[in-house]
Amino acid sequence: MSELLETTHGDLPAGTVHDDHASVEHDPLAHTSLGLSNNKLAMWLFLGSDCLLFGGLISTYMLYRGRVQRGPNPNELYNIKFTSVSSFVLLMSSLTMVLAVTSAVRNDDRRMRIWLCTTAFLGSLFVGAQVFEFRSFYLKGLGFTTNLFGSSFYTLTGFHGVHVSLGVIMLLSIVGLTLRGKIPGRKAEVVELIGLYWHFVDIVWIVIFTLVYLIPS
Amino acid sequence: MTTAVETHSEHELDGHGHAGEHSWTDKKYVMVAVYLAILTAVEVGLSYLHPSFAPWLPTVLLIAIMIVKFVTVVLFFMHLKFDDKWFGRLFWTGLILAVVVYCAALTTFQFWSN
Repeated sequence: MSELLETTHGDLPAGTVHDDHASVEHDPLAHTSLGLSNNKLAMWLFLGSDCLLFGGLISTYMLYRGRVQRGPNPNELYNIKFTSVSSFVLLMSSLTMVLAVTSAVRNDDRRMRIWLCTTAFLGSLFVGAQVFEFRSFYLKGLGFTTNLFGSSFYTLTGFHGVHVSLGVIMLLSIVGLTLRGKIPGRKAEVVELIGLYWHFVDIVWIVIFTLVYLIPS
Repeated sequence: MTTAVETHSEHELDGHGHAGEHSWTDKKYVMVAVYLAILTAVEVGLSYLHPSFAPWLPTVLLIAIMIVKFVTVVLFFMHLKFDDKWFGRLFWTGLILAVVVYCAALTTFQFWSN
């Protein structure tokens, strides 16, 4: 430990060593063995494990999408043009999210809030489109228990929709917290963590859009 | 020990381990988004193609484009290209594990032969 301190403070005047101890107490990175943010490390670990969840749901859908004993089959239901537009909306929300993160890093709170609200709006638009799609599928005769295709489709896309909805809630919460000045921890890191979650939701949709909607069954 | 401390100090410079993030302007992110939008348009176009000489071709191209889009978002929007390697190790391990496990599961259900 003394070697560490010597190396860190070797070129500094004696008085500054004490000041650095004070800053170390407020810097969570100084207490981690990897020198990385534990919060960020945990978020990446969570995203890696979430890959397994969505991998299971996607592979289940791939197995069951051809099992249509009764009710409509995928090719009769999918509206590729409509889903393409909602996919584009979610893709652009990733851009607005990354712009919110860069604004947070630059301490530009006003722009950060604008981009966060735009991202939440685009996410809500995507969820609204998904609800509209579910409703139209239901009206065409595909319920959750109609056939195996319906069950696996609603479970997969529904889980994704819940992820997006949670993301929207987190985005709006962080906007509210920044307005009150009550954001926990370092602002740029908190926004970045929510950004990682949001981009993950986007990359999962990139896979779902191709495997579920674009590739014919 | 000195090397470890120096490495830690580099990460502490911006608190995130973003080695080159600040060199990226908003314009560059917009360019990446435009590139992703073009790829999405190409994907949608491919889904309408049904070439009789190679019916498998659109599927192969769609999967290739999907992987390119996925990796682009992870590297640039999620900053994995600029970030510490530990984050990448955690994520890619989970992803590769998921792909291998579920490909094996699909194989046992004879998915590929159907």
